[in-house]
Amino acid sequence: MKEVKIKIESLSVSYGNKPALKDVSLNISKNQVTALIGPSGCGKTTFLKTINRLNDFNDSIKISGKVLIDGVDIYSKNTNVTELRKKTGMIFQKSNPFPKSIFDNVAYGPRVNGITNKDELYEIVKNCLIKAAIWEEVENNLYDSALKLSGGQQQRVCIARALAVNPEILLMDEPASALDPLSTARIEELILELKKNYTIIIVTHNMQQAARVSDMTAFFYMGELIEYDKTRKIFTNPSKRQTEDYITGRYG
Amino acid sequence: MKNIRKILPKKISIFEFFVENSIKAIALLSLAFILGIFYFVFQESYWAFKPEKNKLKYQNIQKPLKHTDEIYSNGEIYFDDELRPEKYPPDTNRSNLLLNRSDSVKINIINPIDEGKKISLHRYSSGNEKAISFWDLIKANDIIEGEPAYIWQPISVEPKYNILSLIFGSFKVSLIGIIIAFPISVLAALFTIAFAPKWLREIIKPVVEILAGLPTVVIGFFCLTVLSGYFEELFNTQLRLNAFLGGIGLSIVIVPIVYTLVEDALYIVPKHLSEASLALGANRWQTAYKVLLPAALPGVFAALLMGFGRAFGETMIALMITGNAAVITANIFDSVRTMAATIGSEMAEVEYRSIHYGVLFIIGSVLFIITFSINAIAEFIFRKKLLNKYRGY
Ligand SMILES: Nc1ncnc2c1ncn2[C@@H]1O[C@H](COP(=O)(O)OP(=O)(O)O)[C@@H](O)[C@H]1O
Ligand SMILES: [Mg+2]
Repeated sequence: MKEVKIKIESLSVSYGNKPALKDVSLNISKNQVTALIGPSGCGKTTFLKTINRLNDFNDSIKISGKVLIDGVDIYSKNTNVTELRKKTGMIFQKSNPFPKSIFDNVAYGPRVNGITNKDELYEIVKNCLIKAAIWEEVENNLYDSALKLSGGQQQRVCIARALAVNPEILLMDEPASALDPLSTARIEELILELKKNYTIIIVTHNMQQAARVSDMTAFFYMGELIEYDKTRKIFTNPSKRQTEDYITGRYG
Repeated sequence: MKNIRKILPKKISIFEFFVENSIKAIALLSLAFILGIFYFVFQESYWAFKPEKNKLKYQNIQKPLKHTDEIYSNGEIYFDDELRPEKYPPDTNRSNLLLNRSDSVKINIINPIDEGKKISLHRYSSGNEKAISFWDLIKANDIIEGEPAYIWQPISVEPKYNILSLIFGSFKVSLIGIIIAFPISVLAALFTIAFAPKWLREIIKPVVEILAGLPTVVIGFFCLTVLSGYFEELFNTQLRLNAFLGGIGLSIVIVPIVYTLVEDALYIVPKHLSEASLALGANRWQTAYKVLLPAALPGVFAALLMGFGRAFGETMIALMITGNAAVITANIFDSVRTMAATIGSEMAEVEYRSIHYGVLFIIGSVLFIITFSINAIAEFIFRKKLLNKYRGY
């Protein structure tokens, strides 16, 4: 058994009195890709946002249970939320570069952290763009608006931007759902590459994608964790009827 | 089933045709309306340059004599209450010279006993002016203490129509107003968007909208009675009513407008941008001024301009609390007279189609052009830019 990075204990989340996650417990291992699958509205995004506490700004949210990262309860009183968020990079479903240059996008995180030295920033930006496998494409127009790039390129810039704050965990919310097959393939390659250094949780609606990139798969349905196992097991021999129905396309 | 399918699209298209065309009609109508106003204001300016002929009215009318009327030694009575509406009650015992120092002709005062007697009057009006030129509106028309001066003095024996001091006054007081109002509005809007909890946001918005609906005369009254004395003491000013007080009053009017526009501009910044920033470990302040504000910048500029345009055209507050003295000075505690206030106070009493009348319409045209262009720039350049920003142009 690999080292546990994120430990979730009977986590329940509700918006107002509408439950979004019900008593979810699971362990996520270090340097692995964990796929979250399930029909829309089953709470996958909520799950991700609970891990980096991006849900904090929602006034109506109620959270109970525990989320431990490296054994530390992130919902305890003395958690430094901004530190936590730096540790957990997030890639969103819709690529969301800031309406700034490619360079400024990637440099945003380091700048917020107080890095102002130009050479240092340039090194960070370059490294992250290389890691996100987009350096060669944008090398010559680093100072052009990131919005001029194609969807797939934008998404990789967003990945570079997330990498720039040195995260340990990457939360990816359907990162390839809006992309063409070629861009999707590039993102998937990238995920397999990044896996060596990062713990990755990826939400996806694409069963093949989950099968291709993930080590573990969790199936959610109506806010409940139905099944959580090795990806190969889930896709070849699921132990629950609902899981089988879902992955064979009988609903969702 | 087949029948329904056949009918349905047709019905929808008739409805759509109707809606589409009425929208077009309304748009064209309002455009025509604006052009109509524009044309009218412009057209009436003409009278400044070509006054009516036979301007000198010399009428013989029957009028009961009042003890305030004046009779000249040659027996003629001049009834010129248009020029001097207020007169002191005559003192029958003393010489009237004291009372009418400005008149060069000796005047006898009618004995009170004669009051009520019907008398023939030669009424004259001050209409035989020479038409003015554009140059007269802007050139220095007086010399005060050796310096060329720009005087607005439309009612006098020798009227002076320099509108520079009025344009200056409008700019001065509106600038003060926007300088006060803009930072307040932007900070308030940032606060409501990025920091305020939902319940507070739901209170702030309607309250500000109510503030926007306050009659400006009420704001002017409040400034006049409450704030004026307070600021006079605070800044130890010479004049109680001055450009600064006017700016304060205007800022009360434009804060809700600028606030609402900035809030809208911030609100349409896609939520996923601020989420991206927060997810990178930025705190709320950093997110607000590094992501929200830059993304909304064109909208914020538009708000700035529209607020300025609103202040520029504001009449009642300018009329009530700026002191209405047409002077060009840099001191913010001097009085000013704005274009709008000048029109507001003089239009009702001006002689129809006199030069003064025409000049007031020229001022109106200038005001119209300036505010119209400010708003057009705000709307068509900045707001458009704002929307394009998210489309990646
Ligand atoms: N900000 C929110 N406020 C209220 N309800 C929400 C909010 N976000 C999500 N929900 C609800 O929580 C449930 C789970 O949503 P989500 O986590 O986005 O699901 P998924 O990502 O799996 O599609 C849905 O029923 C959704 O309507
Ligand atoms: Mg989702």
